[in-house]
Amino acid sequence: MKEIMVVAEHRQGELRDITYEMLSKGRELAESFGGTLSVVLLGKGIRALAERLLPRAHRVYLIEDERLEFYNSETYERVLLQFLTERKPHLTLIGHTAQGMDFAPGLAVRLGWPLATDCIGIEPKDENFTLTRQIYGGKINSEVTFLRKGPYLVTLRSGVFEGKEKEPLSGEIVSLPSPLTDEALARRFLQFVEAAVGEVDITQADILVAVGRGIKDGENIPLVKELADSIGGALACSRPVVDKKWLPKACQVGTSGKTVKPKVYIAIGISGAFQHVAGMKGSGTIIAINKDPKAPIFSVAHYGIVGDLFKIVPVIKDKIKELKQK
Amino acid sequence: MNIIVCIKRVPDTADVDIVVDKSGKDIEKSGLVFDLNEWDSYAIEEAIRLKERLGGTVTVISMGGEDTNESLRKCLAMGADEAIRLTDSAFSGSDGYATAKVLAQAIRRLPYDLILTGTQAEDDGFAEVGVMVARLLGLPHVSIVTRLELEDRKIRAHRELEGGLEEVVEVDLPALLTIQTGINEPRYVSIMGIRKVAKKEIKVLGLSELGLQAEEVGLRGSDIELERVFLPPVGEGAQMLEGKPEEIAQRVFEILKDKGGLV
Repeated sequence: MKEIMVVAEHRQGELRDITYEMLSKGRELAESFGGTLSVVLLGKGIRALAERLLPRAHRVYLIEDERLEFYNSETYERVLLQFLTERKPHLTLIGHTAQGMDFAPGLAVRLGWPLATDCIGIEPKDENFTLTRQIYGGKINSEVTFLRKGPYLVTLRSGVFEGKEKEPLSGEIVSLPSPLTDEALARRFLQFVEAAVGEVDITQADILVAVGRGIKDGENIPLVKELADSIGGALACSRPVVDKKWLPKACQVGTSGKTVKPKVYIAIGISGAFQHVAGMKGSGTIIAINKDPKAPIFSVAHYGIVGDLFKIVPVIKDKIKELKQK
Repeated sequence: MNIIVCIKRVPDTADVDIVVDKSGKDIEKSGLVFDLNEWDSYAIEEAIRLKERLGGTVTVISMGGEDTNESLRKCLAMGADEAIRLTDSAFSGSDGYATAKVLAQAIRRLPYDLILTGTQAEDDGFAEVGVMVARLLGLPHVSIVTRLELEDRKIRAHRELEGGLEEVVEVDLPALLTIQTGINEPRYVSIMGIRKVAKKEIKVLGLSELGLQAEEVGLRGSDIELERVFLPPVGEGAQMLEGKPEEIAQRVFEILKDKGGLV
């Protein structure tokens, strides 16, 4: 019977959402070809997490070792290399996250198994799979298939598949010994660092005015700041604005920044890359201003304005000031 | 400190109307402006800064046709010392894995202490080539690096995780790092700067010079094959506000008032 293996992701004592998303998609795939669903957890003192996954899989493999307390690509690779070589699951699902991006490519090389990364769709096709991936910054979708025979490795994009609970499975926990030794590692985990909190906590704001690459220059930021001030909103931004040091990291909305849910979110000159949308799609009302009518931001926004932000934003700001006085 | 940087030339597709080409397997590329992959511009900048501080050389490598010389020359103008272009008809159709094999084979013959790549490419976004090169060369790696400090024969690197969290790791040299955008501010390259390196030799290596077999690379040496490309399905989409700027502004005011967007 074909087995689907999910590599669970957890950090600082919590299972990450991607784990549930992979289990949910994995179960659907397993049911479609009458296979079984397994999940493997690596760590130290994480039996409670394994128990939480019991209703979600047929088997929960637990590999505990004090050397696995903090994620490290080297230890993960060694443990998974041995584990997957022994189990040979038909398909292994890994998150396309900071963690999965870090170990999956190296693991694929060591195993000699084909890998498809950052997939937003996966459907079985005979013994193979059809995988959907986004290319060109999300403007185009592509369908790819594997050229070599499995076992297959696939990394799934987070936030794409629903991690909803289904009818519980009668899972069992299988504890396995760790193959790690005291052999020295070339890479060592030192510590976690939290990003600095800004003057304004954007996660607490009711109104956010967010600016993106379209603002073209740091000198133009005041234009958007004035609009934010006129409606009593806080200033936020997408990644390129932080990369170019036009606004501090604390203002960044998205996967690697903050997740926000204001009543109103105004996106100005933001194309709507998946990483940004993941951080703001829960906003009450989204208004987007962008010169590209095909910008992905317009498929998540409630209201859209196609045009030059440098022409439209000043008019909106003036109008609001005028109407507020009335 | 000898540093190797792997780069890619990619089309700039932001704010451009993309059309699927006749083959249905790629986009229409005529008319698009190509440039150095954004992630790679941060990687080359980081390498040049290390060289300026510590001495040594920066060698830039890319797999691609003659057009790729443009991006390699940009890197030379930024301050790289040597450029190598890997090209062969056998390389066509290479996915991330096949590309990594070609790059690793070229790097194997060079002296190096550190290899830098971008975290991912703007076009196909595999985010796998750098880490695969590291593993093919048997090197330790750190991916998604937002800050690095060198001490003795070690690098202390910050890796970007989700939600504003970073992890700090230490890695022994030689190693490979994949660089995240924002780690530095890539320097501006003037037309004069590009002209100065216009005559600089770019070494070209093919399949046989690299000692590779045709079945190891290209489509035959790849994990995956692209079947088709298509425009993403559009969701429900936004209600578009049209008219004169004043009319749009009036509508925005009403929406804000209605949805609690005025304080």
